[in-house]
Amino acid sequence: MYNTVSALKALVRKDIILFFSNRRSLLITIAAPILIAAFFGNLMSPKSATISKVPVAVVDLDRSPLSTKITTALAADTAFDVSTPPKAEATELVRKGKLRAMIVLPAGFGANAPRALFSGGDNKNLPQIDIHYDPSQSMVLGLVRGVLSQHVMEEVSQSVFGGGAAGAINPVIEDLRAQVAASTTRPDLKRDLAEMFDSIAKVQIQVKAQAQTNSSGVSQPDGSKSAGGFSFSLPFKTEAIEVTSEFDKKYNGYAQSFAGMSVQFVLFMGIDFGIALLLARRLGLWKRFRAAPISRATLLGGSILSCTLIATFVMAIVFSVAMAVFGVRVEGSMAGFLGLIVTFGLLTATFGLLIAAVGKTPEATRGLAVLATLLMVMLGGAWVPSFLFPDWLQTVSLAVPTRWAIDGLAAMTWRGLGIEAALKPILAMLGFSALFGGLAIWQFDWDE
Amino acid sequence: MHNTRQATATQNASGLIATNLEKRYGDRHVVSNVSITVKPGEIVGLLGPNGAGKTTTVSMICGIVEADSGSVFIAGMDTNDGFATKRRIGLVPQDLALYENLSALQNLELFGALYGLSGDLLKSRTVEALALVGLSDRAKDKPATFSGGMKRRLNIAITLVHDPEVLILDEPTVGIDPQSRNAIFDNLETLKAHGKAIIYTTHYMEEAERLCDRIVIMDHGKVIASDSLANLYKQLPASQTLEIECDNLPDLAALRKVEGVTDAVLASVPAVKPDANRNADPDHEPQADQTMAKAVNQTTSKIKISLNDLSTDAAKVLVWLGVQGIRVNRVSSGRANLESLFLTLTGRQLRD
Repeated sequence: MYNTVSALKALVRKDIILFFSNRRSLLITIAAPILIAAFFGNLMSPKSATISKVPVAVVDLDRSPLSTKITTALAADTAFDVSTPPKAEATELVRKGKLRAMIVLPAGFGANAPRALFSGGDNKNLPQIDIHYDPSQSMVLGLVRGVLSQHVMEEVSQSVFGGGAAGAINPVIEDLRAQVAASTTRPDLKRDLAEMFDSIAKVQIQVKAQAQTNSSGVSQPDGSKSAGGFSFSLPFKTEAIEVTSEFDKKYNGYAQSFAGMSVQFVLFMGIDFGIALLLARRLGLWKRFRAAPISRATLLGGSILSCTLIATFVMAIVFSVAMAVFGVRVEGSMAGFLGLIVTFGLLTATFGLLIAAVGKTPEATRGLAVLATLLMVMLGGAWVPSFLFPDWLQTVSLAVPTRWAIDGLAAMTWRGLGIEAALKPILAMLGFSALFGGLAIWQFDWDE
Repeated sequence: MHNTRQATATQNASGLIATNLEKRYGDRHVVSNVSITVKPGEIVGLLGPNGAGKTTTVSMICGIVEADSGSVFIAGMDTNDGFATKRRIGLVPQDLALYENLSALQNLELFGALYGLSGDLLKSRTVEALALVGLSDRAKDKPATFSGGMKRRLNIAITLVHDPEVLILDEPTVGIDPQSRNAIFDNLETLKAHGKAIIYTTHYMEEAERLCDRIVIMDHGKVIASDSLANLYKQLPASQTLEIECDNLPDLAALRKVEGVTDAVLASVPAVKPDANRNADPDHEPQADQTMAKAVNQTTSKIKISLNDLSTDAAKVLVWLGVQGIRVNRVSSGRANLESLFLTLTGRQLRD
């Protein structure tokens, strides 16, 4: 028993000395995930998202007051960086990828859009706004449609119901009245619509008169200048609230990227660990180990233990930098976080052992192992968060151990969940570790 | 009763006793019925071409490869009985089995710890092992900075740190300069003097001849010869030879009848290049020697005489030539070597 413990200590000590003696490799193992995670974290942080407006062109072929108002409203929107080049130039800019989309307001839009409000969905008479977009940026299309709809509805409603010049009847209402009178609508309905238009016109005249009084400095009985002020607008407003660990905590994009990159580079370290075992075999070191009075379990156990410790150390260092420099915090359970990085260290060690067991030569094995690792980290959500995956891929990626590691780390950091959210990923990774370790022992070639 | 006595004798014996080792890989019989015994203070050379089964045999002795059958006793203990016997064996692999990025001292400490050493004992053993191979002053340096010969010596020192009773060296001098090789030979002779039982696997015949007390020759997984060097040479038709240059050609048929002479042939004559194949042919015709000699100027002839024992029979030949009135101009002696022994035993060169 004593010899087993001292042999284990010697094997672990050896691996740790070797790990720290190769300073170049050490630097890459620790610096690379930090640098890349910093880059991705910066891209994904909320601050960056507000700065990055979508470049959009508005081509106004109508030049009416309504289309001008819509253009102005779009330009004022924080989501867009609006320009108004000629149509041909705008098309070329979209083609080159300089603009994400081009909105074309057609000639006659100002006249036709208010009428279309009462068209009863008759598509033939609806004015058409074309949106030309860059197909490589198709996710922008939804955003453009949404923001455009908001501003068009707001301005068209305002033009219909908001009134014309002071003391005058809104020409849009007059136009609608004439349109209804000339239509083949049932007489009783015509009468009801005419009354509605009259009421709207009456309100509009009163509102305009009141507005003029206010602007001339005459106070209301209650002292308010705006009393009686009236305009049409969207019947709601929105406010975006991030759901993170706490109500007032901001989402930290670095937490997600550091989870992904640390997982990726620690797995790369696991590959090096497996390759080192293959090299030890080639160099005859394995013969020495096998000739020594230690069991196979001690030999493999020592390797697994040392790799687990080193992997845990690397994860801890990378996350320490993330916390010290990039504001990443373990908002959830610290015990869960530690459990996750130790379990992932074990997973890395068994992965490396599997590589050593199934690999034939170091050269041939490295390429395949790197490919397998890249696939695992890609499907695990190290590069792009898994919540952006299609549904089917989100389901499939649960079969990849890195998905559990990254999701677990996200849960313990920026999501701020409790230890119960770490248990499932820990159990899943222990299962994968048992699978990898079992396969490795089964496949391990003990004969020299 | 007899078996019991034999088993007890085996258990009481020190050194290494490997008996009837067998190993198959599928249909391939890699090692067949191999037995090797090495006593303390003895070096046994294990020779054979590539694929002869030497490494597999050594691996079975060290417990790296499990034997299909047979037994290995170290200092009277069966190797199947646990790790106790492994502590008494030291293997020097053919490859440089050391960590280039650990210092020489750290390499020794690692493997010493694997053999259960710790504390002061480990410290003193590492110092002793490094001193034995002449690397005390480089203890803290990494092998990456060592010469090939120094790495080879460190490769041996790592094996010595746990002070094994049985040492197995698998071609320990591959790829090093003569000076380093001599240094290693000195180390091995010191270890032999310390009572270590040593198996020395090599391709180099001169190494085996210099170092080994006994030779085991393997081919196709079997032991084809096992004896002391002197006894093995006796198996050769011409183990020891005497070459004589004389003014006149003696009667070779009469010479062959001299006590201790096993053969006598005309090796060469002036102005005629000798036919090596012809001279090596044991079935040569003596008459042809005479004919050939007469065909040329007979003033100087070189005769190759095979003797049973060079030390005692050479004088008899020289006396006989003097009695015959033949003046001897030059005498040189030669011995058969392991290369020729292997050739004789297998019909193949050792490095085939």
